[in-house]
Amino acid sequence: MSAAAPEPKANMGPPEPRIDGRLKVTGQARYPADVPVSNPLYAYLVTSAIARGRITSFDLGAARGVPGVADILTHENTHGDVKQPKFFADGGYASTSIRPLDSAQIWHDGQIIALVLAETYEAAREAAHRVKVNYVEETPTATFDDAGASTQLAKEARKTHEDPEVGNFDEAFRTAEVKLDEWYSTPTQHHNAMELFATTCAWAGPQLTIYEPSQFVYGLQNGVAEQLGIDPEHIRVVSTFIGGAFGSKGSTTPRTALVAIAARRLGRPVKLVATRDQGFTIATYRAETRHHLRLGAARDGKLVALSHEGWEVTSRPDAYMVSGTDTTSRMYAVPNVATNVSIVHADRNTPGFMRSPPETPYMYALESAMDELAVKLAMDPVELRRTNDTMKEPIKGLPYTSRSLMQCFEEASRTFGWSKRNPQPGSMRDGDWLIGWGCATACYPTHIAPATARVRLTPDGEARVETAAHDIGTGTYTVIGQVVAEKLGLPLEKVAVLLGDSQLPPAPVSGGSNVTASVCTVVAKACDAIRSRLGNPNAAELMDALKRQGAGAIEEYAENVSNGPPPESLPLLYKGAVKMAGGATLKDRIQYAFGAEFVEVRVHALTREIRVPRAVGAFAAGRIMNTRTAHSQLMGGMVWGIASALHEATEIDRRAARYVNDNFADYLVPVNADVNQLDVILVSEEDTKVNPLGIKGLGELGNVGTAAAVANAVFHATGRRVRDLPIRIDALLA
Amino acid sequence: MNTFEYLRPATIAEAVAAAAEPGAAYLAAGTNLVDLMKGGISHPTRLVDINRLPGLDRLEHLPDGGVRIGALVRNADLAHDPVFARRFPAIAEALLSGASAQLRNAATVGGNLMQRTRCAYFYDVASACNKRAPGAGCDARGGENRLHAVLGWSESCIATHPSDFCVPLVALDAVVEIEGRAGRREVALESFHQLPGNTPERDSVLGPGELIVAVRLPPAAAKFAAHARYLKVRDRTSYAFAVVSAAAALEVDGGRIAEARLALGGVAARPWRARAAEKVLAGTRPEAATLRRAAEAALAQARPSGENAFKIELARRIVARALALAAAGTPERVPALPASPFASVAGAAVHA
Ligand SMILES: Cc1cc2nc3c(=O)[nH]c(=O)nc-3n(C[C@H](O)[C@H](O)[C@H](O)COP(=O)(O)OP(=O)(O)OC[C@H]3O[C@@H](n4cnc5c(N)ncnc54)[C@H](O)[C@@H]3O)c2cc1C
Ligand code: SF4
Repeated sequence: MSAAAPEPKANMGPPEPRIDGRLKVTGQARYPADVPVSNPLYAYLVTSAIARGRITSFDLGAARGVPGVADILTHENTHGDVKQPKFFADGGYASTSIRPLDSAQIWHDGQIIALVLAETYEAAREAAHRVKVNYVEETPTATFDDAGASTQLAKEARKTHEDPEVGNFDEAFRTAEVKLDEWYSTPTQHHNAMELFATTCAWAGPQLTIYEPSQFVYGLQNGVAEQLGIDPEHIRVVSTFIGGAFGSKGSTTPRTALVAIAARRLGRPVKLVATRDQGFTIATYRAETRHHLRLGAARDGKLVALSHEGWEVTSRPDAYMVSGTDTTSRMYAVPNVATNVSIVHADRNTPGFMRSPPETPYMYALESAMDELAVKLAMDPVELRRTNDTMKEPIKGLPYTSRSLMQCFEEASRTFGWSKRNPQPGSMRDGDWLIGWGCATACYPTHIAPATARVRLTPDGEARVETAAHDIGTGTYTVIGQVVAEKLGLPLEKVAVLLGDSQLPPAPVSGGSNVTASVCTVVAKACDAIRSRLGNPNAAELMDALKRQGAGAIEEYAENVSNGPPPESLPLLYKGAVKMAGGATLKDRIQYAFGAEFVEVRVHALTREIRVPRAVGAFAAGRIMNTRTAHSQLMGGMVWGIASALHEATEIDRRAARYVNDNFADYLVPVNADVNQLDVILVSEEDTKVNPLGIKGLGELGNVGTAAAVANAVFHATGRRVRDLPIRIDALLA
Repeated sequence: MNTFEYLRPATIAEAVAAAAEPGAAYLAAGTNLVDLMKGGISHPTRLVDINRLPGLDRLEHLPDGGVRIGALVRNADLAHDPVFARRFPAIAEALLSGASAQLRNAATVGGNLMQRTRCAYFYDVASACNKRAPGAGCDARGGENRLHAVLGWSESCIATHPSDFCVPLVALDAVVEIEGRAGRREVALESFHQLPGNTPERDSVLGPGELIVAVRLPPAAAKFAAHARYLKVRDRTSYAFAVVSAAAALEVDGGRIAEARLALGGVAARPWRARAAEKVLAGTRPEAATLRRAAEAALAQARPSGENAFKIELARRIVARALALAAAGTPERVPALPASPFASVAGAAVHA
């Protein structure tokens, strides 16, 4: 079978092609911005040119003069129309507590300050360019170290925050035989999904329909209801296909309520497709982070002390944080641990979830430090991981439900040919190219959330499953269809899967890699209920049993809240609130998926550009529903990991606190030519404790650790340790 | 809507007359101009579409051994013309390392010469930019300027010209043929683009309404065919502007460099001809120490315009590497990914 569709091993489902694949490649899949509405107005955003200060006045004359302009919303005519939203991390729905168009205040560069509405997109854009804004500007704070940055301990910013610790780090580190004490940093990144941030709002009387790509239609429905002060029952969110999200479409951003208000004001549907550069400031992003790592080990490589301190940038008003120390403190057997997270407030838009939010930056730091420690110990980096592998996390002593980390290292290292590595930096070479090999651990917490679904079976052998889950490109349509097909003994093409609509039974946010576990579990439950109503016949006799009953259809509605989330989280789901459980948050166990990644880099001996000719990753994530979609997720993650190491960074003008490279020509993501050979190995694993089907999520697993593997390989190639990402020519030249 | 007049003249004379009006601009493939208009950076009141002008899409090998490239020849067509690529391999290599396949299919010779800088502040209308709004200031100074100029810049502007194509052209003494109301004139490409000085708003010597009709290579340009390379180093393998690039062309005779041509890209507001380095090389053997001396000479005047000092050392190394590659001889085929470790991979048709 081709690499894209790996042969299933034990506890793996078949590589069914995506059931929505044909629609997508033939252009028939209707993404939210494609949905036609009758007689729409087009909206174009005006965003602020300063990062801190106030608007003193608008000059709208020229803009209004553009033929076709219908209206211009600013805080002057919109103040009070949007209710103060609650930031999602404080228990609300909103990506930010910043409320644009409500006052003259500017919180960050690129804040929405006006919405131009016109008969055509082009007229709206032209008018937006002609809006003149006068400001009083204050000197903004862009990021770490800039005047005005205010640092706050995470535990002060958020009462529920805990910094994991155990034993006596100071003493153990002081007396450790081998020590490492280093600083690492990761840059700002933006999701830059191919699909832009689009919203169409159409009212019919009191009823509002929102077409918007969303990772959480129930959250968006309730979030917009809160902001408009209307009953959520009056809002429907439709998000059938999503053109990439990566976390950016999980919470309610300010634009949606503004489009809804405009549509209500003008009595016509309004359609907004924000531009690429506006996407950098009207939604969220991965904030830059800093890390101070201290590792102490005995000569034999056993860790005795670990300290991880992290700093993360956030906006002025919101205490957003990812706190990856929850993970890094528990990865290895180490008896003395200290951790600490701080957030640094600056004049920036509020950051938010981005693929493996805590693990990507924090594991980069830990896995780089582990590699440095291996060098100090003169130990093979794989052996260092083996020496410190554990089936019990060290903070509370909880058992891992399953942990196949070393199996992953073994399979990946064999395929990679790691045994042929000469550990001496700079020792491997092919002509003018220095060769470096590096590796790192990947991990991601296994989550589950409450979910509901409805399944209907008809005597003609067709089934329909309805749940308000989302397919953000991951293959959700397909794996849900597979569960129904398998449980009810139907061919996959006889199963219709309906997702992405707030009128369907509620499902959790597509985040935290929980969906396959949460939704497949409840869909299986509904199917089991159907089977049980039919007397539990075997698959072949199911249809006969149904026909014997003489019913036109049989339908079951199922709810599930199991394996962690508290029972009260189920009713909350209907209100768009998600209580996910898993990872390191459970009382009796810890549950993670693991992987091992190996990377070869080539660094030109003279001009020092870095290229990645090959990478191998092996991953174990419980039951694999579909080897094709799993492979695709992990491969995409690894590509992104390579990008994080070498390409992706949002540059910020420190004086203006303004993003500079906010377009696809300057914000570099890998192109085909950057990814040569990439092997994904799925490692068999069975885990009966995480959920009834034994599924661990893997959508966010692949890009954890990759950046460290690349950085470690760069060190191996050149003898130079670069600790600040992305690694570019500049750092290797001097 | 931004309303403007759109004209599609049938003759060069009509085009020149139409474009001489204030606010007029020529439209070729539009891969740069249309983006500038959509972003509100450029506001032409009249677009003069030159795509139907007769004769501008011709590539002529002239009887004297020179070649004349019409202003509307598409970048891809030129790079893939087998005779042209054999005679001027460094130019083909430069074209193929620019942009993406789709852009190269559309982009024209004239448009490539005339493309504006990629300075991010130039594209951001909220920033101060002397090139976009003379006298406004230059936010790139003291801002994000990792990729800005290290040669020929002034206090008023530190932008670079982004073209790859122009780099080997300037090394090979290309001449720009220009049609204006006063008739035809010719300008050496080396003096076509202007250094910023106090007038960064002027990228080139073209006056109002002047039209590039062709770029001509003199007969002598072909004598380097056996030893000509273009080397572009960028932050990703393909589809990125150069951090620094170099075109090196050598005439080698009995192991010695009879004549050398060298130009740099991504370092200045014009493709940068390095004549001092050429002098160092003339009459020498292409040995590492000599190449390094040439590289030193090429960058002798360089100074950082911000956080880009690394580009100076990088440029020296690129020069040395490009010269070594040229000395080793032009390869049989232009690699799909010039200067990549993957270029030699069999079947590497991976140009993205
Ligand atoms: C994403 C992206 C990546 C790119 N990467 C690269 C790269 O790596 N290397 C590189 O070299 N280039 C790159 N380019 C730039 C590309 O090469 C130019 O956009 C293209 O060459 C412009 O040609 P055009 O025909 O589209 O010009 P247009 O956009 O039509 O015109 C550009 C300018 O030239 C003027 N003009 C056009 N023809 C004439 C003429 N005959 N006489 C006088 N004036 C004229 C126009 O008035 C306009 O001002 C990239 C562009 C993009 C969008
Ligand atoms: S470098 Fe030149 S183009 Fe860039 S902002 Fe300054 S003046 Fe404008």
